[in-house]
Amino acid sequence: MKLKALFNKLVSLFVLFPLAAQAEWGLNLRQGATEISQKVYDLHMFTLWIMVAIGIVVFGLIFWSIFYHRKSRGVKPAKFSHSTTVEIIWTAIPIIIIIALAVPATKLLIAMHDTSGSQVTLKATGHQWKWQYDYLDEGLTLFSNLDEKSQEIRQLKSGLNPQDHENYLLDVDQPIVLPINTKVRILTTSNDVNHAWWVPDLGWKRDAIPGFTNDNWAIIEKEGTYRGQCAELCGKDHGFMPIVVKAVPMDEYKIWVAEMKAAQDAKKNTANIVLTKEELMTQGEAVYKKVCLACHQANGQGVQGVFPALAGSAVAIDPANRLGHIHRIIYGKNLMPAFGEQLSDVEIAAVTTYERNAWGNNTGDEVQAKEVSEARNK
Amino acid sequence: MSTLAHEHDHAPSGLKRWLCSTNHKDIGTLYLIFALTMFFVGGAMAMVIRAELFEPGLQYVDPQFYNSMVTVHALVMIFGAVMPAGVGLANWMIPLMIGAPDMALPRMNNMSFWILPFGFALLLSTLFMDGGAPAGGWTMYPPLVLQTGDAFPFLIFAVHFLGISSIMGAINIIATVFNMRAPGMTLMKMPLFVWTWVITSFLLIASLPVLAGAVTMLLTDKYFGTSFFDAAGGGDPVMFQHIFWFFGHPEVYILALPAFGIISQVIPAFARKPLFGYASMVYATASIALLSFVVWAHHMFTVGMPLKGELFFMYATMLIAVPTGVKVFNWMATMWRGAMTFETPMLFAIAFVILFTIGGFSGVMLGMTPVDFQYHDTYFVVAHFHYVLLTGAVFALMSAVYYWLPKWTGYMYDEKLGKIHFWLSAISSNVLFFPQHFLGLAGMPRRIPDYNIQFADFNMISSIGGFAYGLSQLLFVYIVIKCALGGKKAKDRVWEGAKGLEWYVPSPAPHHTFETPPKLTKEMLEH
Repeated sequence: MKLKALFNKLVSLFVLFPLAAQAEWGLNLRQGATEISQKVYDLHMFTLWIMVAIGIVVFGLIFWSIFYHRKSRGVKPAKFSHSTTVEIIWTAIPIIIIIALAVPATKLLIAMHDTSGSQVTLKATGHQWKWQYDYLDEGLTLFSNLDEKSQEIRQLKSGLNPQDHENYLLDVDQPIVLPINTKVRILTTSNDVNHAWWVPDLGWKRDAIPGFTNDNWAIIEKEGTYRGQCAELCGKDHGFMPIVVKAVPMDEYKIWVAEMKAAQDAKKNTANIVLTKEELMTQGEAVYKKVCLACHQANGQGVQGVFPALAGSAVAIDPANRLGHIHRIIYGKNLMPAFGEQLSDVEIAAVTTYERNAWGNNTGDEVQAKEVSEARNK
Repeated sequence: MSTLAHEHDHAPSGLKRWLCSTNHKDIGTLYLIFALTMFFVGGAMAMVIRAELFEPGLQYVDPQFYNSMVTVHALVMIFGAVMPAGVGLANWMIPLMIGAPDMALPRMNNMSFWILPFGFALLLSTLFMDGGAPAGGWTMYPPLVLQTGDAFPFLIFAVHFLGISSIMGAINIIATVFNMRAPGMTLMKMPLFVWTWVITSFLLIASLPVLAGAVTMLLTDKYFGTSFFDAAGGGDPVMFQHIFWFFGHPEVYILALPAFGIISQVIPAFARKPLFGYASMVYATASIALLSFVVWAHHMFTVGMPLKGELFFMYATMLIAVPTGVKVFNWMATMWRGAMTFETPMLFAIAFVILFTIGGFSGVMLGMTPVDFQYHDTYFVVAHFHYVLLTGAVFALMSAVYYWLPKWTGYMYDEKLGKIHFWLSAISSNVLFFPQHFLGLAGMPRRIPDYNIQFADFNMISSIGGFAYGLSQLLFVYIVIKCALGGKKAKDRVWEGAKGLEWYVPSPAPHHTFETPPKLTKEMLEH
């Protein structure tokens, strides 16, 4: 069955190649959605064609030699071993070519460095393995994780078919929205290890480094959804922290910001919500899947030697550690990031309850949001 | 015990011959066998990588193990396969090419080889440890590398071992070339392979201690509370990248320059024509080596350097195209109006010139900062450095082995099989790496175990090429073993047009050669 599918795939690859090549195969750099990305594309093509031209000359001469200067044609080898004129010429020509390339490259680079006059500032902070976004002028913070469907498909031997998800690994649970025709300053930094923030349609990528803030900018000219990925190895799930940018007109952007702000404020005041045990468990499982599962695994067993197990661990079952458990989630420890900012009181309560009752950790504990809210102050 | 007169060509027998060897030919053989073994160890890891990338979705390995494969594949191929193969060739051929009886420091020679198996035992043992092998990339960037589990100190000490071994090898080569040339073998008469190795040795001595320092700082950051690279403690994670690439870029030429040397021996031999522009070849090699110390930051254009810094590194990087171009043009001109034949070494050499140049083209593109922001850390980079390292350095090493194998074993290899090996390698490696240019441009980052379906087709083609390339190399092992065991006797001058002193000694080269300095004639010094 699998072999047959493979065979079909191979047939379609080689037989239908010309068709497929026209239809969907990405062969080249994207022209992108900004003036800069278009200029980058143009410079890329300019360089590429110069390289192709050099290649045709050099490889052409080599193949000429291969066909005509071969012993089997009865030629006698020439004796020459240098020619100062020729050597000066082929030192000079490359110098002229690189100057021709360096001039437009310098101009473009200067333009890319000019972050002045921006109207919106977005800070992207890399975490293992998600992006945090702060709209600095609006006081809005949000987190962007790999979407749930991709998350399920990408588990080892999941048996699910990535072909069923068009934006497999390029979709997130919370896209960011940016206004079009507006100079947006995008800062990149990191909370743990090096990451890199890359949306190809914006025409650049930039590392996100702990302790440093890099600044970049983009004026998106076309409405649309632009997708990208982390582009600096950042550990186990480096391949699973995509970026999705929705570019919309300014007024829509403003509405979106207002809505997100309202939701953020609502999330801040969850300390008084009381849920039943069942509700805590269901919501807790959802939170667990979203933020904990990547390291501690679906069965709570973790990864030996790297990520500790939660099933049967003292932190999650010992009654004396109940506050410690909550604190661990809020503040993190060693490799474990702090989730206090990302998760609301009720979410932390739910996930704590879940972890203390799942996988045979049957403590019977029920943690409510109030307890988390108090724990934040202890 | 023999009561006859002392027999000069007597080699000690048994295990002792190899463990305690101070003979440059035996040590050269050990290096080459070790390199070939590591080529397959690293190759097996590449097969794991290509198997996982064959289709989207995770089928065989988890992402952490995938990252380990990426990391250890690189370390094994660079430090275990390509570098030792180059040193092995240097050991075998430099004394023969300059008319020296052996390397200048034979005992150190033994030690520099025997450190290697221990270094790699350390590194490869981490595959079986809690938390797995190092998975932060061969570049070992902090803070990520500091998350390595028990494998961490093993990684650091393995790098130290490999570095010490290489530095000793480099000192040995410099001492040999500057002190033990036969009378009349002036510097500008030396074969180009010797020249490239002298320059490479200086690169090794200048750059490896820098790497050793960097990894030692990692070690103290992790275990002794320092914060060289920890921003929270006042350190700077980017500084590691600067120090690493100050080593790392010369390292690229440590892998490439001996390959240039090999090609400069092989092409004149099969074109039956002197090497074009010998002096400019030497100067170009030296210029590349010097420039290699001032271009390191082009590996890290995206870290966020000041504009002036980025401009400097862009210009310096693009400048490297000039001496590299000179070399390619010289090889082209050597073939021009020659009388070429196309035995296996020549096939690999011509493929080297063409495919290395393709890697050079993508290199110029990558050197241009504003467009590099798009290419950086994508499969375009993966394609670039595999063109210069696999179809570049490794093809040159293959060329060298076919070129000198008859001199080493005394028998001709099977030419027909050699040509089949060449064509299989040349076609499959292009199927393997060419589509990766497209993947990178279309937006696929490197070092990811799984990808969006838009990248599926090219990845499948690339994997098919990868498996074909891997399998083809088994044929190479068969050819080498077959040649070592017997076959048509090789002449002393194996190739009609071959120039150089090594062809004046018998095939196989006796255990001891040039015990008294040879009297050099004009023909012996031709290139």
